[in-house]
Amino acid sequence: MLSLRDLRVRVGEREILKGLTLDVPSGEVHAIMGPNGAGKSTLSYVLTGRPGYEVTGGAAELDGVDLLGLEANARAAQGLFLSFQYPLEIPGVPALTFIRAAMNAQRKARGEAEISAPDFLKQARVCASDLKIDFDMLKRPLNVGFSGGEKKRMEVFQMAMLSPRFMILDETDSGLDIDALRIVSDGVNALRGPGRSMLVITHYQRLLDYIRPDRVHVLADGRIAASGGPELALELEREGYDKYARAA
Amino acid sequence: MSLDEAIRLRDPSRLPSRRDEDWRWTDLRGLLRTVPEPSQRLEPGELGVGPFDGLEGEAILVANGAGPEDLRIVADESRTVILRNVSRGDGAHASRLRIEVAAGGRLTLLESHEGGGAGLSLLGIDLSLGEGASCERLVLSDLDPESVAVVELDVRLSARTRFAQTLMTTGARRQRLETRVRHPGQGAEVRLDGAYVLRDRRHADLTTSVRHEGPDGRTEQLTRGIVDDQARAVFQGRITVQEGADGADARMAHNALILSDRAEVDARPELEIYADDVACAHGATVGALDEDVLFYMRQRGLPEAEARSLLAASFLGEVLDRVEAPVPVEYLRAWLAARLDAGI
Repeated sequence: MLSLRDLRVRVGEREILKGLTLDVPSGEVHAIMGPNGAGKSTLSYVLTGRPGYEVTGGAAELDGVDLLGLEANARAAQGLFLSFQYPLEIPGVPALTFIRAAMNAQRKARGEAEISAPDFLKQARVCASDLKIDFDMLKRPLNVGFSGGEKKRMEVFQMAMLSPRFMILDETDSGLDIDALRIVSDGVNALRGPGRSMLVITHYQRLLDYIRPDRVHVLADGRIAASGGPELALELEREGYDKYARAA
Repeated sequence: MSLDEAIRLRDPSRLPSRRDEDWRWTDLRGLLRTVPEPSQRLEPGELGVGPFDGLEGEAILVANGAGPEDLRIVADESRTVILRNVSRGDGAHASRLRIEVAAGGRLTLLESHEGGGAGLSLLGIDLSLGEGASCERLVLSDLDPESVAVVELDVRLSARTRFAQTLMTTGARRQRLETRVRHPGQGAEVRLDGAYVLRDRRHADLTTSVRHEGPDGRTEQLTRGIVDDQARAVFQGRITVQEGADGADARMAHNALILSDRAEVDARPELEIYADDVACAHGATVGALDEDVLFYMRQRGLPEAEARSLLAASFLGEVLDRVEAPVPVEYLRAWLAARLDAGI
């Protein structure tokens, strides 16, 4: 599904990713853990095409499609979704209006027909109810005045509506209390399945109690420093990132 | 006034220029050098359709400056008037229209400014409202790129009147939409809103002045605009609260988005307060579309152009939400969207 080969990325004069290689096979959930400044957010932004990140070497492919040559919106249409660490507010644009515009733009890019208004609303009602989102909230401008937890819930709502095949969750647990964490995790877990993969970026092990990864990778100093099963996350929780930081 | 005289006497030295403080950003003398010959008569067959055609109302036409000079709304009467101000050719013309709304009367004025050619035009409107009367004015201005056009409105209010206006314009080679209000207080309310979308080398100047002359008056003002390419917007808003006009409540906001390095916004909000017990505030912002928000929208699948026009439309949408005239807000949204979609 996702294949990264020796990926090198600069931001300004600074090299942040220094030859990152990673494979996430179809249907698997991989976690990326690492200390602050290791390049976790850079990885999520460079994969999704945010301006300001210069790729100086390597390759990134999603099911054989070169992501790096595509505009951000074309990557989204390929089925790539980033759940933002800090979701943005979109003043004046109701959440439903925005999501429908996004959905139709993706469909258009893939040569599919637009979704009809009744079908869209039906799907929105089901997803909102699953995530315990008040439907009236979806008529308000997206994320404007929402709490941190509500914004994260809206990210998962958009993810469920847009139905991507590769999801990057960037610090999705930050700002969530235990109840919200459970609702959000249930929403994410409901999207797991064959043909869909996820990269869960997190600083703490806590989220991985709810979203159980198949593999855990340690990102330190711009490279994958170690990989293992779920037990690696527990070890990191116990021992910290010191030994990787030293090794780097 | 000087523009009127400049046109009638064909005297360019009377054109407003940058030396007039209120016209420093809308210099006509420096632009024109000469005053064009008087405009030719316009035949009704040459007029095409106006943006309010199809809506219910009484039609009034000002064609190359020729039209009625008086309009009266009698006491307690309620009327909708569709005023088309159409100019063609490269001549100059000036006209003046007096509108009187008697006590308790209601006027909805749906006003359009169309055409303009490469000419120079002035339309002056004097509006007076009798006690308890109200007027809502909605202006759609979509002029030719080579035209130079000025519309001036002078409003005299009485006690317990309400005057509300929304100006929507795409500018011209040079355009000024000026509104001057004498506000008696005494429960009278004024709303002066505007929305502009300027691109290419277009210019629009939205100038307002409100003079609170008596106690207990309200004024609220929201103007929002978008400038792209090498366009230039001018916003001058002055609210004066005279001595004794206590209890005045005046709020002014002007927010502009600049989408190009070569576009320009000149804004001058002014509050002059000579009374003690007033609540006045103004806010002005000039900014760009938020790149982080644009990336977020693109990550969800929206192409950049679509993301930009969605943000721009919602930025202007707040002005439309305040329109009270019986014109479907969807129609106004579509009017703006059509002008936004051409490349933002």
